[in-house]
Amino acid sequence: MGWLGLYNYWIVVVLMMIGFYTVVSRGNMAKKIIGLNLFQTSAFIMFISAGKILGGSTPIYQEGTEIYSNPLPHVLILTAIVVGIATTAVGLALAVRIYENFGSIEDDLLNEDDLDDETST
Amino acid sequence: MRSRDLFTAVMLFAIYSLLSAALFAVLDAGDVALTEAAVGAGISTILMLAVLALVPRKEAEAPRPNWPALTVVILTGAVLIYATLDFPEFGNPDNPVQTHVGPYYVQETYNDMGIPNMVAAVLASYRSIDTMGEGFVILTAGLAVYALLGTRRRKPRIAPKKSRSGSLEKKAADR
Amino acid sequence: MRNNGILRVVARFLIPLIMLFALYIQFHGEYSPGGGFQAGVVFAAAWILFALIYGLDSALDVIPERAMYVLMLVGVLIYCAVGIAGVVLGGHFLDYRPLLDNPQYAQQFGIVTVELGIGITVATVTMLFFTMFVQRKADSDALEEHD
Repeated sequence: MGWLGLYNYWIVVVLMMIGFYTVVSRGNMAKKIIGLNLFQTSAFIMFISAGKILGGSTPIYQEGTEIYSNPLPHVLILTAIVVGIATTAVGLALAVRIYENFGSIEDDLLNEDDLDDETST
Repeated sequence: MRSRDLFTAVMLFAIYSLLSAALFAVLDAGDVALTEAAVGAGISTILMLAVLALVPRKEAEAPRPNWPALTVVILTGAVLIYATLDFPEFGNPDNPVQTHVGPYYVQETYNDMGIPNMVAAVLASYRSIDTMGEGFVILTAGLAVYALLGTRRRKPRIAPKKSRSGSLEKKAADR
Repeated sequence: MRNNGILRVVARFLIPLIMLFALYIQFHGEYSPGGGFQAGVVFAAAWILFALIYGLDSALDVIPERAMYVLMLVGVLIYCAVGIAGVVLGGHFLDYRPLLDNPQYAQQFGIVTVELGIGITVATVTMLFFTMFVQRKADSDALEEHD
């Protein structure tokens, strides 16, 4: 059971790479933000799966239960989830403003516009 | 990720958030599952749909694989998987993460505070300064969105650009 | 969507239940999974449902924008007030022990108040996000019609 017990981390890495590819390769800003959220959620899965004890239960005290899962990663992830939506909301607000001022939220079209300005002036 | 229609992407993202909330529930994380289900499948989806009403729904180009990005991603994934070979096994009670402070919180919460929910006790009492910082982060995000979108628009927006390799591109002149 | 009968009836039934459930999560955060964040988000979801069905103007009559701005700050102020009360009464910052006599009751009082502050802030900020985005869309539509 040496390295086969690490499968949860491999799943996390796969999800993380899907999110990373979405951020890096797509030009549309809204899709980049979706990819960023994908990345964040996979990091949460990693923390929560690291804190689990096989045979334990939810960290709420009950009579008769001996083993509880570690509450410390849960606290960390709770804060991280809420900070994640804060970041997403600000990013989406920025995307809306960019669309209003420049006419598109695609990276390539915005870069073309910069090249136009450079070559014409 | 592969669809050009952003609405499809947002719906798939909502399904993914809900599935990860179910995963958290299976992994014994009640609070986190509740938060992820409410936030990921609820608020995040609502905000993205609200933005989709303001920006065009379709992505511009056909999704062709971006080979340099793909190689970077695969290399990073390989390095990360190599790094996880040093990690402790899943679910083992002797993991390093289960020592030091975790068992202290598990054993002492009911004696110190008298409340059963250990996560709330750690969040609000043992580590309450972190939660205050998080309150400030949310406040700052609210202020940032107010600063970006709160001032009402006066001038009409620029007409949406078309790609250069296609139809004409024009900018509205009425600023 | 105001004229759709099914949506109105279901919403009229569901929205108070959702708000009640949010209050339940808020104050039972000590005995079951819950707490401030979840309660704030669920409460905001109930308000957003009302805004989706009855229109943003009616929803802003229920909770006006100025109230949202004030409550957003009040939540964090409650949090810091509990912290400073700990300092004033002789302990560290955010120390709950000097607040009441019985140590366990003091901790519980501190936890409930702090979670209430967080819940208020999260709920109002989420409602504010929705309001800002939708008002931008309304402005955008109004300007499009003028062109």
